[in-house]
Amino acid sequence: MKVRSAISLASVALALAALTLAAAPPASAANAIDPAADARAFQKFFTTKFPKLKLEDFVNGPYSLNEDMHRQWVEKEEFPPYEFSLDMGKEMFAQPFKNGKSYADCFANGGIGIRQNYPYFDDKEGKVVTLELALNRCRQANGEAPFSYVKDEMAALTGYMAFTSRGKPFDIKIPNDPRALEAFETGKQYFYTRRGQLNFSCASCHVQNPGERIRAEILAPALGILNAMPIYRSEWGGMGTISRRFITCNVQTRGVPLDPQSDEYRDLEYYLSYVSNGLPISGPGARP
Amino acid sequence: MKMTMRLTGSNRPIARLVLATTLLTTMLQITRASSAQAAASVDEFKAAYAVAEAANTQAGALRNQWTATASTLADAKKAADAGNFDAAVALSKEAEALAKASIFQGTSEKQAWKAQEIR
Repeated sequence: MKVRSAISLASVALALAALTLAAAPPASAANAIDPAADARAFQKFFTTKFPKLKLEDFVNGPYSLNEDMHRQWVEKEEFPPYEFSLDMGKEMFAQPFKNGKSYADCFANGGIGIRQNYPYFDDKEGKVVTLELALNRCRQANGEAPFSYVKDEMAALTGYMAFTSRGKPFDIKIPNDPRALEAFETGKQYFYTRRGQLNFSCASCHVQNPGERIRAEILAPALGILNAMPIYRSEWGGMGTISRRFITCNVQTRGVPLDPQSDEYRDLEYYLSYVSNGLPISGPGARP
Repeated sequence: MKMTMRLTGSNRPIARLVLATTLLTTMLQITRASSAQAAASVDEFKAAYAVAEAANTQAGALRNQWTATASTLADAKKAADAGNFDAAVALSKEAEALAKASIFQGTSEKQAWKAQEIR
């Protein structure tokens, strides 16, 4: 009797174990990094949340979410506040370095109309290269001192390069390289990780609450948020790069920001740019 | 009543002497006590500050320091420089608590971030 009970018990246990194994997806499948699926889900989330908005309108941030602000923005665009910076960037871009070479020598197509391809994954370095980083590397390779990643000169240069790409859709590539996939995943993790004393993640504002106010500001959706960079911010009283935007966000949550162009920020830019693939470049932009 | 009479009445010089001695002794005791307390507080501050700083370094290794921790540590140092060790110790302990909270956040978010992800 005892033996029969033991056998029955063992059979039940085996059957349960088999069922559990069959029901659970393999660990590798559950943890597989699938940027294309992530981008589809990301864009679907926002287009469902804002069904009246066209996909390309997401690049205008809060101006597409509030009618009054949209009207103000249309008027502002007649004499945009980033115009001086744009002129400065154009001039700087054309100015040769002391060795006679110029920015055009460092980039494909002479640096014109290529903003939509940045950031990219450099397989030699095994890391993400942003446009800001590429510009400073270009300067250093030609014997020039690098610019600050958060100040006017860098914003002027990236602003001009973005302007030459206006209307071109983001076309960020993620090669089938485990390091590139890892960089995408690290960027995604950074985006969703709560940090700072206020316990906010990037997603807390730009996924969970776009269109809502935080103090006097209307929060922009994460979709298309980098397409308008660099931006003139009234709050800053000047232009700001992507590096400046990330650093400010961290500080606003009372977190100590990382160094500009640290690996995490580069990966974050990679992730955010990739999930906005297909949306047009609209930079330089202006924000309240 | 008799005693009071004697101290404040007929034996006034003695009463004054007793009063002065008592006051002096009390003052000496207060001075000694506060200097002993100050000496203890310097050490206490140093220990509390070191613990808070170590916790903040640990948060740094997680790439998750808080600005509030850094400013509270700076305030603690300022208070110690001004000789206010009670405040310096209290601020160091506050900084330690903030640093520990940032460590907890940094550690738990290694998995918790997935709950926010758009799928």
